[in-house]
This record gives sequence, C-alpha cells and structure tokens, in this order.
Amino acid sequence: MNTPHDSVVWLGAPAFPEAARSALADTRLRKNLRKATGTIREKRLAATGELDDWEELRAAGAAVKRRTLRHLDRYLEQLEESVARAGGTVHWAADAAEANRIVTELVTATGEREVVKVKSMATQEIGLNEALAAAGISAYETDLAELIVQLAGDHPSHILVPAIHRGRAEIREIFRRGMGDRGRPAPDGLSDEPAALAEAARLHLRDKFLRAKVAVSGANFACADTGTIGVVESEGNGRMCLTLPDTLITVMGIEKVLPSFADLEVFLQLLPRSSTGERMNPYTSMWTGTVAGDGPRAFHLVLLDNGRTATLRDPVGRQALACIRCSACLNVCPVYERTGGHAYGSVYPGPIGAVLTPQLMGVGQASSLPFASTLCGACYDACPVKIDIPEVLVHLRAAEVDAKRGGVPTPEALAMKAAAGVLGSPRRLAAAQRAAAATGRLSARRGSIRRLPGPLSRWSDTRDTPAPPRESFRAWWRRTRTGPTAEDER
Amino acid sequence: MRIALFITCFNDTMFPGTGKAVVRLLERLGHTVDFPQEQGCCGQMHFNTGYRREAVPLARRFAEVFRGYEAVVTPSGSCAAMVRDHHRVLQPDLAPPPVYELSELLVDVLGVTDVGAWFPHRVTYHPTCHSMRMLRVGDRPLRLLRAVRGIDLVELPAAESCCGFGGTFALKNPDTSNAMLADKVHHVRATGAEVLCAGDNSCLMHIGGALSRTRTGIATRHLAEILAATEEDADEHPS
Repeated sequence: MNTPHDSVVWLGAPAFPEAARSALADTRLRKNLRKATGTIREKRLAATGELDDWEELRAAGAAVKRRTLRHLDRYLEQLEESVARAGGTVHWAADAAEANRIVTELVTATGEREVVKVKSMATQEIGLNEALAAAGISAYETDLAELIVQLAGDHPSHILVPAIHRGRAEIREIFRRGMGDRGRPAPDGLSDEPAALAEAARLHLRDKFLRAKVAVSGANFACADTGTIGVVESEGNGRMCLTLPDTLITVMGIEKVLPSFADLEVFLQLLPRSSTGERMNPYTSMWTGTVAGDGPRAFHLVLLDNGRTATLRDPVGRQALACIRCSACLNVCPVYERTGGHAYGSVYPGPIGAVLTPQLMGVGQASSLPFASTLCGACYDACPVKIDIPEVLVHLRAAEVDAKRGGVPTPEALAMKAAAGVLGSPRRLAAAQRAAAATGRLSARRGSIRRLPGPLSRWSDTRDTPAPPRESFRAWWRRTRTGPTAEDER
Repeated sequence: MRIALFITCFNDTMFPGTGKAVVRLLERLGHTVDFPQEQGCCGQMHFNTGYRREAVPLARRFAEVFRGYEAVVTPSGSCAAMVRDHHRVLQPDLAPPPVYELSELLVDVLGVTDVGAWFPHRVTYHPTCHSMRMLRVGDRPLRLLRAVRGIDLVELPAAESCCGFGGTFALKNPDTSNAMLADKVHHVRATGAEVLCAGDNSCLMHIGGALSRTRTGIATRHLAEILAATEEDADEHPS
C-alpha cells in the first residue's frame, strides 16, 4: 500500500540483511567505502579535536535543537512572518505529495520547463525530480556528486557524498554516456583524472546556470527571528543556483528552523567540522526574502512535514529531528562502512537513517533498519547535536516487537519468552546449564563446536563455539564455597 | 571490602573460569566476595532485541538480589552498562545498587592498578564497545594490563572498531557481522599477539570463534584471567 511518505524509501528495496549481502559481495564498493570513510573520519577527528570547547559546542547545539523542537509551532509561525516581511512567500506541505504539487505549480506558473537544483535531502525525500518530470519539467542536479548520481540513473548512497560508492573510472564512463543526453556532452578523450572530471562537470553545468530562470534548493537552517535561510556547500554550484535565477523555491523540513540568527554561531562551527572535517565550508549562502536588483526576484519557502509531526509525538524518538545532516554518524559506523548506503533502501542511510526512516514512515515500515546496528555507540559519540542513536534504535526495536505481539508468535518471540523464563529462575538456569553441558559435550570435538543447528548456523558458519563447561560457575561455587545440597547429590 | 559478584548468565554458563578468576583476584587483594545464588540475568539480550516486557522481571530480580550491597562487580562491560543505564528505563522505580565493571572496581573503588599479576605472553587488548562508549572505562584496563609482570602488551590497530557481534545482530545480519569480524581478525593477527584480551567474554567468544575456525593459534583471555594469573599457576599456559 502506498503511504503518503513512501518516497523516503525506494520502492521494492529488500530488507537490510538481504540488501547488505549483495553490497558486501562488491569488492570495489568495499574498497571505495573503506578509503572514503577512513579519510573523512580522520579529518573530522582533527577538526573537532583542535577545539577546546568542542564538547560545550555539542551541548549547545543539542540544547538549541531541543528547545526548538519543544516550541516548534511558535518558531515556525515566527519564521513565516519573518519570511513574508522580507518579501518571500511561505507554503505549508503536510506530506510529499502536497510539497511536490506546490513546487510543480510554482514552476509551471513561471512558464519555465527547466529548474536547476542545489543539493537537498528534503527534495530527495519527497521525490521531487520524479514529480517534476511527470509534469514535463526537467530538474538538473548541480552538486557534482548529485550530478553523477542523476546521470547514472542511480540512488544517492551517502547524505554528504551521494556518489561515495563510485570510483573515478566509473564516473568517467557515467559522464561519457550521460552528459550528452542532458546537455553539453563530455569532452572528447575525457580522462579519469579528478581535475579533468571536474572540468567536464563545470562546462556541462555552466550552460545550465546561465540559462536557468528557476532554482530549487533545500536549507540547512532558517532563522525564525530574521527569516534568513542558509545553505552551506563546498563547490559554489549552490551559490550559482541561489543567486542567478529569477525564482528561488526552497523546500525545507520543518525541523530545520532555528530560533535566532545568533544560533548560527553554534551550528556553523558544528556542521562543517562534523561533515567534511573542515573548519569552515567554502561557501555559506544566506538570504533573507528578496532584495530589489540583487538575486532572485521571487522567493518561495515550502515547509515540509512529511511525518515529522508524528515523530515529534514520541518523547524518545523525537531527538532524531535534531539531525543537521552532517553524516558524521555514517562515516564512523562500522556497518555503513561495510555495506554502504544503498543497503538501507532509504534516502537517509546509516545510523541516522535507521532511526529517521522508520519514524518518518510510521511503525511497521522499514522495520529491518533499527536492527541494522550492533549498538556500538560510535554514532552517538560523533553526533554534533548528541542524538543518542543507540537509545532510539533500541526504542524502535521495542516498538517493532510490540507491534507484532498478539498475533501468531514468531520463532524469535517464542525463544525470547523461553529464555526469559529460564534466566529468571536460578533453579531453571542451573538445569539448563547441565543440559547444555551434556549436549554441548556430545557435539564438541577438542572442546569446540563447529556446527550449530537452525538459525544458529548463521553463527557457526564462520565461528567455532567453545563447548559449555562441565560445571557452571554457580555449581562450582556451591560445590566449593557452600555445603553440599540435596540438588548437588541428585 | 565485601563485594558481591554478578557473574552474568553468559559467563556462568559458558565461561566459569572468568568468575573463578575474579574471586581469586579479589580475595588475593584482601577482599571478601559474595555470590548471591538467587541471581540470574540482567535482561540485556531481551532489552536490546526489543523484548522489554520480558526484561522487566529480570531487572526486578537483579535489584532484589543485590539490594544493600555497597559494591557489585561484574566481569562484563555490557552487562554493567545494562544495569546502570537501562534498568531504570525498564522500571523507573528501580534503584539498582552500584555496579562496577571489573576494571572500574579495581581502579576507582579499590584504588589499585598493580594487582600483582604475572603473565609472560604477548597480549593485545580489544576495548569492547559498551565498556568504551557506555561505561567510559577509558584506559583503566590498559593501566591494569601494563602493570602485569612479564606481559608484552601490543597495540591493536583500529582497536575501537566494533567486532560485529552485537548480540542478536550476528544472527539477524550475519553477512555484515562477518565482514566486521574478518577485519577485526585481520587486525588481531597483525599484532603477532599470542593472546587477545577483552573485558567481555561475549565479544571474545565472537572474535575467538573466528580465530579458532581460521586456525590462527591465537587464544582469548578475559581481563580477569590475566589479572588473576600469578607465577604460582605458571602451568596454566594459553592454548
């Protein structure tokens, strides 16, 4: 069944464990990911480690976000007033379909059939490019990595580096095959040198920038008190889109609002250091409504809910809305490092995706994602706004298990119930230990078991298991530290 | 000091030697160890897999069994973290006694780093995720290990990277778990160590299972067992 939010996940995407299996078999992907995440991890550690007050900054970021979410209604109405006062127009979209309809109508009203796009997660989330295409409007991604993904007809696999799964030889092929269909073709004899690839992209995109009358962007921040919207980026392509066209349409999740312009002091330190490992990102663009004779003449802000209000209702889960999309959690995640982003089947991959996607979609959707983590906690340590991702993961696991209660119990549920019965009673535990020791010894060779039955074979396929010892600790204690009891002499 | 031992259901059943080592070590340091026999499980597996309802009676039992103890020690970072951080999530009215992971008890409560151990082997140490990121034991285990006589302690590359166990994760996501495990084994082998040490037998069983399957000849030892070892039991050789 289609839900209003179903563009967050890709239709037909398999559950995480199956998707991960094919990703793990791709040795080139594994190599690209290991190199890229390793490099960016080191850079982030250096950029955050040099600040004495990094922990205070994190605490401040978390506090501002918590306060914003607590009074979200108030700040959003204030933002609407501020934007309107500065000459912009605010639109409210309850879900992806409504947001897509608003943007399509706004573009259509200009008479244009093309838009240039600033890299944006919100428009990925609602599937805007596809919706515009259905209305006969071409959307051109201008972020280098998003361009690669778009030309390849591919999905992004990382929040910050959407083409992290591609090597430069692949990118050359994508440019050679794809650029001609969508504008200026790749130069003849294009090499896979990064500088040559960047130059090809520059030439291809320059045509778009100079022609475009309408741009669509996302937003990193929106200041309620001034109505100022901000986008941070590395390439300057975003700046081109934000300044050259006549009409600018920004689609922004409602949680991106900040109470005041002064709060940027915290977030403009937290975000670049956490995401690219830079002290400051190369391009920070901010605009407040419209200004006569400079930049776009019309500015529209589309405020997107799409599951966020529902997420806000959950006192534990709502912290995921504090996310500033830095992707530090992806880069430190040992699961993401091995599987890459596509295995998550969602616009939002990695640890933050595993807590955000199921919440934006509603319980029962993307249900394998909260389990796609070892709960190692590296994401929580890296998060610049201190989202306790492991806490939310475990919380969502409980919601998933509870949603299934009352029906036919799964084998796992039966096993968990049985285990709880045994572990809750020292007498039953002792009996189970004696039984385990007896069966374990039968199947063990030289003290270790090579094959376990049923689902446990997933463990024993690659790991030996020590045979349970003849005597448990509690039996040893009783034998050596207390007098013999009737049970010992059974 | 009178210290209660929370052995954990897993160590009780699979690794009694670790419990015996904790008893030997603490008694050698002049303390009294109690083992409340009504103890069971902390409920970590249930809690982390989403079965909170089933974990509640386990958490309640824990609080009852260990009520009144000044200090409870457990040779498991993740079980200590479960009691300390999550029992109150399960039952807000629960007031578990102070529970310390072994290295915390030794360094913070008992104030020792040299416990008089002797272990003449090349050892590398894997900091388990929950001891490192939930309990924040920091370098306490390493300070204890550095004081062991005869030890040749070598640094584990990418030590802070998870081994891929994650409880039921290893069964629900076996392929990803294996990929993480393979990298951990690669790093352990690169150290040339004879013995891999950690403060959690669950992680050790996971890594050790692959060390054994791939016939590396590298043994696993819980931190307690290395700290309990002395010249008197020189016969005990890692195998």
